[in-house]
Amino acid sequence: MHSIPGRRVILSLFLIFLLLPIYWLVNMSFKTNTEIVSTMTLWPTHPTIANYMRIFTDESWYSGYINSLKYVIINTIISISFALPAAYAFSRYRFLGDKHLFFWLLSNRMAPPAVYALPFFNLYSAINLFDTPWAVALAHCLFNVPLAVWILEGFVSSVPREIDETAFLDGYSFPKFFIKILVPLIASGIGVAAFFCFMFSWVELLLARTLTSVDAKPISAVMTRTVSAAGMDWGLLAAAGVLTIIPGALVIWFVRNYIARGFALGRV
Amino acid sequence: MDKTVNQKAWFLVLPVFLIVAFSAILPLMTVVNYSVQDTFGNNQFFWNGLGWFKELLDPSTDLGGRFFASLWRNLAFSAIILAIEVPLGIVVALSMPREGWRVAACLVILALPLLIPWNVVGTIWQIFGRPDIGLLGYALNSIGLDYNYVSDDFDAWATVVVMDVWHWTSLVALLCYAGLKSIPDAYYQAAQIDGASRWAVFTAIQLPKLNRVLLIAVLLRFMDSFMIYTEPFVVTGGGPGNSTTFVSIELVKIALGQFDLGKAAALSLVYNLIIIIVCWVFYTVMTNAGSDRQADKGVA
Repeated sequence: MHSIPGRRVILSLFLIFLLLPIYWLVNMSFKTNTEIVSTMTLWPTHPTIANYMRIFTDESWYSGYINSLKYVIINTIISISFALPAAYAFSRYRFLGDKHLFFWLLSNRMAPPAVYALPFFNLYSAINLFDTPWAVALAHCLFNVPLAVWILEGFVSSVPREIDETAFLDGYSFPKFFIKILVPLIASGIGVAAFFCFMFSWVELLLARTLTSVDAKPISAVMTRTVSAAGMDWGLLAAAGVLTIIPGALVIWFVRNYIARGFALGRV
Repeated sequence: MDKTVNQKAWFLVLPVFLIVAFSAILPLMTVVNYSVQDTFGNNQFFWNGLGWFKELLDPSTDLGGRFFASLWRNLAFSAIILAIEVPLGIVVALSMPREGWRVAACLVILALPLLIPWNVVGTIWQIFGRPDIGLLGYALNSIGLDYNYVSDDFDAWATVVVMDVWHWTSLVALLCYAGLKSIPDAYYQAAQIDGASRWAVFTAIQLPKLNRVLLIAVLLRFMDSFMIYTEPFVVTGGGPGNSTTFVSIELVKIALGQFDLGKAAALSLVYNLIIIIVCWVFYTVMTNAGSDRQADKGVA
């Protein structure tokens, strides 16, 4: 009774629709440019890894990945460590303005990055962080900290309050309780929140591109600029794209049951 | 929930408050500052009062015309993708296998597009749709359709819409799937005993239970499509002409392309205001729906 007639056909068609464009990108990444432009084949006739080799050996390419990873990791660490105590507070206590604060956090998750691009540019130039991973990491806190708070709040709420009370009776101080008891209990929740902070920072382009110029240029910016200069090197572009999909594809298996929860700000 | 009142909890929330205030309020103050001034370069600013806002909200001026054109375009885009993604997402969620490894496999494939960087989503469709090297463009042209998203308005729109459907329908599907899973089996057994039709099961059991997740899905999809920038920017660059220039693209053109700080700031504030109002409406509806649900539970 769960499902509908013809469901296998519908689902298969939809999954093919999802996979086909990705397959095409992978397919092109193993072709040479001559082959891409001259023939239309469903798979590479002369598979080559030259495109990938070029990315791994050319510093202007692989440094883009390193720069992206730098700000993504800094951002994830900041977001989680700031959000954890707040999530606990929202889950356990009522305090002045708690509901308004919760809504304010949500509204920041919804704020268009385009609005913030210019003021962030001025702000981080003024404090000499422009073109460093820190600028992008702090800018992405705008939407990742609220996200982490919302997700973690759900996980903290699933821990019974009796555990807090017993720990305090046993003489645990608050910081000790937090690190020794609460954090291990919601470890999977922290993992999920970290994954989503990682992903949302990884997929964002506009702020990352605006706040960097040379030294901290993220891979997304490298992709747009190098391509126009090289006169559309399709194979290389495809290979660079495939490499950006890999971090998500690697972790996705472990968080598959939490994806809806993460995207719905922990509300499902 | 029986939460205790404790004002000291503010100390736990303070770090979050400070860092989000630093990233949200401080920049917005700059925006407000710009929005009432004019500049002739060299960092010389002049008081302009509400001049920019008047210009922005008057469709007969250049700025106002561009703003309203991009706003209607963006609203039309949001409406189209919601009309496609929500029903399609529900159908996909209803089509999910019931258990076993197939569920996991489907979840992974569904989630894949959500985790691709937005500019790469653009790149994928830019390549996929090209008539010379892309499978989609090539196939459409070889069956006799004259498809070219670079030169034709309709084709550009279709490409951007299909790309968004490809990118985000999974989100609606995953949310609905999570909602469906939370329906107890007893409901279905009762329906079976009553001899309810498939359609009756959907409208009487599944749809009401999906209310809440659908609300979240519509909120997220509306918001994200209303501030869409990267994907259409990579594929069409806002063209041909201005036909796919959405509000964010227009804003970035004005702010970072022309460095018209005052105009961009006024546009930003109005844009942000629209978002906050919509967000607040959804939040209120959502919390009310939540408390209704708890009240239901209390009765049962």
